[in-house]
Amino acid sequence: MTTKLGLPTPGEMVAPLAVQKRTVKLTGWRLALVLSSLVALLSVVRIITGAQELDSPGTIAAAIGFAIPLGMAGLGGLWSERSGVVNIGLEGMMILGTWGAGWAGTFYGPWWGLLAGVVLGAIGGLVHAVATVTFGVDQIVSGVAINLLGLGVTQYLSTLAFPGQPTQSPQIPAISTFTFPTIFGWSLTDWCADIASNGWFFVSDLASILRAITYDVPYTTFIAVLLLPVTFYLLWRTAFGLRLRSCGEAPYAAESLGVNVYLHKYVAVIVSGGLAGFGGAVLATVLSGIYREGQTQGQGFIGLAAMIFGNWRVGGLASGSLLFGYTQAMQLRSGEAVHALLLVITIGLVLFAMWKAYRRQVTPAIASVLIAGAVFLWYRSTDVLPDQVAYVTPYVATLLVLSLASQRLRMPAADGRPYIKGQEH
Amino acid sequence: MRKVVFVLAAPLLALAFAVLVTTVILLVSGHPPLETYKQMWDYGTQPDSLSLTLNLSTTYYLAAIAVAIGFKMNLFNIGVDGQYRLGALFAAYVGGTVSLPPVLHVAVIVVVAMLVGAIWAGVAAVLKNRRGVSEVISTIMLNYVATGIIAFLLTEGRFGVLAEGSNNIGTPVIPDSGHVPGISVISGASEPVYGLILLAAAVGVGYWWMLNRTRFGFDLKAMGLSPTAAAASGINAKRMVLYVMLLSGALAGLIGMPQLLGSSYAYNLDFPAGLGFTGIAIALLGRNSPIGIVFGSLLWAFLDVSRQILDLTGVSKEIVTIMQGVAVLSVVIAYELVRRYGIRAQQREVGRQLAADAELAEAAA
Repeated sequence: MTTKLGLPTPGEMVAPLAVQKRTVKLTGWRLALVLSSLVALLSVVRIITGAQELDSPGTIAAAIGFAIPLGMAGLGGLWSERSGVVNIGLEGMMILGTWGAGWAGTFYGPWWGLLAGVVLGAIGGLVHAVATVTFGVDQIVSGVAINLLGLGVTQYLSTLAFPGQPTQSPQIPAISTFTFPTIFGWSLTDWCADIASNGWFFVSDLASILRAITYDVPYTTFIAVLLLPVTFYLLWRTAFGLRLRSCGEAPYAAESLGVNVYLHKYVAVIVSGGLAGFGGAVLATVLSGIYREGQTQGQGFIGLAAMIFGNWRVGGLASGSLLFGYTQAMQLRSGEAVHALLLVITIGLVLFAMWKAYRRQVTPAIASVLIAGAVFLWYRSTDVLPDQVAYVTPYVATLLVLSLASQRLRMPAADGRPYIKGQEH
Repeated sequence: MRKVVFVLAAPLLALAFAVLVTTVILLVSGHPPLETYKQMWDYGTQPDSLSLTLNLSTTYYLAAIAVAIGFKMNLFNIGVDGQYRLGALFAAYVGGTVSLPPVLHVAVIVVVAMLVGAIWAGVAAVLKNRRGVSEVISTIMLNYVATGIIAFLLTEGRFGVLAEGSNNIGTPVIPDSGHVPGISVISGASEPVYGLILLAAAVGVGYWWMLNRTRFGFDLKAMGLSPTAAAASGINAKRMVLYVMLLSGALAGLIGMPQLLGSSYAYNLDFPAGLGFTGIAIALLGRNSPIGIVFGSLLWAFLDVSRQILDLTGVSKEIVTIMQGVAVLSVVIAYELVRRYGIRAQQREVGRQLAADAELAEAAA
């Protein structure tokens, strides 16, 4: 594409402009619009089908709860991949985190458990960094090895720490939670629960969300949510972040500008492990209240999926995590609610088709209508969905996003490539 | 001679390091390392254990070859795990429902497993070629989708029947015509060795022949060593990705066969899972070479079998998992170090020769 001098060809000069024209900037107002239409959509389906659990306060609280561990793993993946190191060892680092929380949590208290989880995860990250950054081992290979090692190490440590019953820890003391205080005898959370149970259009759904985020929220949730803007600020608004991301885009160019590429990659991968470890620790401490062998069940990979789904961006990652957290929460709900989701998908696809038709993109519009028809038929012809549908949703969604929107996804340019100082070819 | 030292240096270094780490851990946790190793050796060399080791390594070998064929051209089929489980499930179901004459029955089962494995791997190949989706991510996702599909199909009324007197759901049991008899290799062992160990050997020979004696194998290695050089020499990268992925998936389909046709005769809830990841580890240990993987899978299987004794001695057997993990990680690091050392040695050699040439030219002038 580029000429020998490195100048862009005319075609390339035009392309970014054309892209720029088409992408819509996501301002606060637009975000609010998108979110409220989503709530409205859920609300409509809830009223049609009568499946109150579709967005009851319990469902939403569970969705947020599930979203936190995988979101933290995804955030870890974001740090690592933005510095150019693919990290499929997130799962192993998360396993280390669950064990750390189980061990230190039961013996010293939940907050020490969380800290131990972070530290153990970061050690996993350090191993990955030594292998991939210092020794230039293939990043996929190293990640696979770390997943194996994470499992083996925790199994071994468990036999030492929890003799007698080595596959799980004793109960971890619960972490304190936040509930919006009662002011002059008036309780916001009760008021929200009241409105939510009335089943009104839109208002009840909003109340349900408000209840979920003000009642009995573990403090770890606030920490995790706070880590999102902190990451965004560090990576996109500071010189350190610019340097770190430049290591993931063009390490040799960064090197020529005096950036210590090795150092930045090390920091990124260690932070990545720490975040994945935190995710694992939250999983053990808050979601299960116990460390159990194999309890991550691929959450690290779902986090990776959420990050890719979110196009290697913080905002996208957060919405991907919420979506995947929601599908996991639905697995625990009644079959009725999961079944109602088919109607949500149908209406969503029809709206998407209308949008595409408005943009005069005939083929995708027709395709969406056809798929919508098929999903609707599925909805009408069944009463409950197999449990496995909700289980595979995150993975299928990621595959669909990757295959349908791959042109719009952009991973860091040098992601996955080994870097050896001073050896540009 | 120098080449032999080069090839052996990395795995030996890595193994030594893994043993060192294990020894340190044993010492720290207060167990005598030498005695522990001796117990493992004594238990692992009993006839029954050896027979078990050969059986396990048959499966491991197939798994590692399925992985290696892709790794050899830097195509990371992480999805071998899903491919073999899905292949084994369908093969077991078909095998348990049809009635055919003996040899044909086995052939049908094996072909079904290979086909299903290849189709599942083919999804990743198509996604990569048509939509540019990294095969690493797509195969990871497909593994979980396969888990979902298997859980869905392995229920009563679909593929599953309840085994008598237990809660274990499995496919209908394959009748005698679909069994592969065992071979008595080790005298004194109570159980024979899987007959399909011969299949694993044949796969190994075929893999070696394909790599070293065919154009396809040459193209495959060329793509692994340098994609740009491969493209320049006219190799169709997309076609290679498709073929190698299909082949890898088809071989993955074989992984479950020794177990299915040699001992369990049905796919049930406790059918071994995770062999695809073991295969990745062993392929890395054996450096994707058909011979290296023989040693890798034998070693891995021996460790897996001999660690069973540790429970009786109070040492937790998970120490072996750590040993295996450390071995894999250090072997890849060792290969990389040896490779870099080799390049540097080569550069020095070339430099010395150039200098000598220049001196000669100067002297002539």
